[in-house]
Amino acid sequence: MTVALERPAPADRALPDTHAHRTDLLMVAEMIEPGTRVLDIGCGDGALLQLIEKRLGVDGRGIELSQRGVNECVAKGLAVVQGDADHDLVNYPDNSFDYVVLSQTLQATYNPRDVLEHLLRIGRRAVVSIPNFGHWRMRLQLLWRGRMPVTDNLPQKWYETPNIHFCTIRDLLELVQDVGATVERAVALDPRGRRFGRDMPIWLLNLVGEQAIFLLRRNGVDD
Amino acid sequence: MTVKTSRRTKARTQIEEPDSHVVRFPAERPLDLDCGARLAPLTVAYQTYGALDAEKANAVLVCHALTGDQHVANRHPVTGKPGWWDLMVGPGKPIDTDRYFVICANVLGGCMGTSGPASLNPQTGEPWCLDFPVVTIRDMVRAQAMLLDHLGIDMLFSVAGGSMGAMQVLQWVASYPERVFSAIPIATAARHSSQNIAFHEVGRQAVMADPDWRGGRYLLEGRTPRKGLAVARMAAHITYLSDTALHRKFGRNLQDRDEVTFGFEADFQIESYLRHQGMTFVDRFDANSYLYMTRAMDYFDLAADYDGVLAKAFMGANTRFCVVSFTSDWLFPTAANRHIVHALNAAGARVSFVEIETDRGHDAFLLDEPELFAAIRGFLDSAGRARGLSRQAAAE
Repeated sequence: MTVALERPAPADRALPDTHAHRTDLLMVAEMIEPGTRVLDIGCGDGALLQLIEKRLGVDGRGIELSQRGVNECVAKGLAVVQGDADHDLVNYPDNSFDYVVLSQTLQATYNPRDVLEHLLRIGRRAVVSIPNFGHWRMRLQLLWRGRMPVTDNLPQKWYETPNIHFCTIRDLLELVQDVGATVERAVALDPRGRRFGRDMPIWLLNLVGEQAIFLLRRNGVDD
Repeated sequence: MTVKTSRRTKARTQIEEPDSHVVRFPAERPLDLDCGARLAPLTVAYQTYGALDAEKANAVLVCHALTGDQHVANRHPVTGKPGWWDLMVGPGKPIDTDRYFVICANVLGGCMGTSGPASLNPQTGEPWCLDFPVVTIRDMVRAQAMLLDHLGIDMLFSVAGGSMGAMQVLQWVASYPERVFSAIPIATAARHSSQNIAFHEVGRQAVMADPDWRGGRYLLEGRTPRKGLAVARMAAHITYLSDTALHRKFGRNLQDRDEVTFGFEADFQIESYLRHQGMTFVDRFDANSYLYMTRAMDYFDLAADYDGVLAKAFMGANTRFCVVSFTSDWLFPTAANRHIVHALNAAGARVSFVEIETDRGHDAFLLDEPELFAAIRGFLDSAGRARGLSRQAAAE
């Protein structure tokens, strides 16, 4: 179970296992209204797009960096273009999608703030999921062992990880506020896929959530 | 020598009596051209493969490139070689003739049976030569639309092509969005770049500098600007390949000799190869037609017809797109193809875009590229499902 890792790299590298986390994928799907237009950034082999096109009848589009991923998507009949979050979002018009999905990729972009602003500009809503660097296991590894955390979901060592901008749930919430957006829904998952909601205080979510999924809305955008 | 002569004779025969289907539109059905001229009567030579289904829903129009022709997937009547897209089109191939009815027409201005500068001018009974009006990519597409009307096909399941063929694909969607269900532009651009115009100008000047060109009247004077056209082809051919591919194939290898000759014969294999490319080309292609084709590409600037905003060319089209580029193509680089993708995104079109990793340059679209085939096959399969086409062979 690796986490979405989207970085410019040789084209024949292994396909990023973007949506291997089935719970994560279903959770994202839950936040999307049927019959809408959805852009999935870093769509991997197209598992999420396929799921939501089939179940929710959405009009889905994807962006994926790896040639293998794009080809798999095209072969499945998905409308996917080769590109990446850092460079290609600028070309999408304002409000051209109902939802823009960025799954486990924000921490691997060069400019997470710019990317987040693009998501909120292009979509009426953004669905963003992140690995939570504030999870207690991460904290313990750093505290007790004095080492950069390595977990099942984030298996790469510091020198080989494409995740160059790790953040915690708290950090992301702060950024969301800074860019003028509102969290409509937030769900955290523990390593076993158990979910925690907003009934839990943020400090606790930030401790027990190994990853988190947010439904975001730009302030001023109504339903 | 006799082989060459007979090839040349065969090539001349193709102009008026091609080895393919031909539709000769009556003078009452003229073609109005962008330059303001009216062309009548219009002749379109075309080839078909597979069978049209009962609903006439499975037609795929293949558009050929600069020096291609309608012989996509059959032995070429002049050269005897396999069709230029034999790897892509045929039974069980990505553009599967067991499922689709494939049509390819020789473009307007060509020299394989469709009206062009080598065709007879009905007013004079002699070849048009430079009196033939200058045509555009849009004119080529208009002529193809007339052919489809003639065949009774309202909507194409797909339009596919590479390079100049892909320019026609883009123009098809812009001109007739309601007639194109899916589109596959490969290795192209929405406009011909300054550099590309420059290369074409070198080619044209080579043709026109040949004394046998005779101010374009060589057909009337029984001459052929062989040297000039061969040089044009040689220069162009370099642009279709990549440095890496050339070096891998030829390196600095010498041709049938152990040492350089301190002269100007073809010492190097690459020289010999290019000379061969040039000489075989002139046997099958009309020099004036080459001028007209290159000019049509130079004039292509799709956005210019839509206030300079390319997205407007595709606004409102329900066409599904599959755009393909090649990493080593420096004639129509990925950036030029990506530019089209961005415009399509801006227009809200349903677009897929694949960049194929290859070192074979622009010509890769004609070659054995498994990733290209997989993408086209997958795209057409899914488009076929959306269109409700049967997975089986076309209705008998």
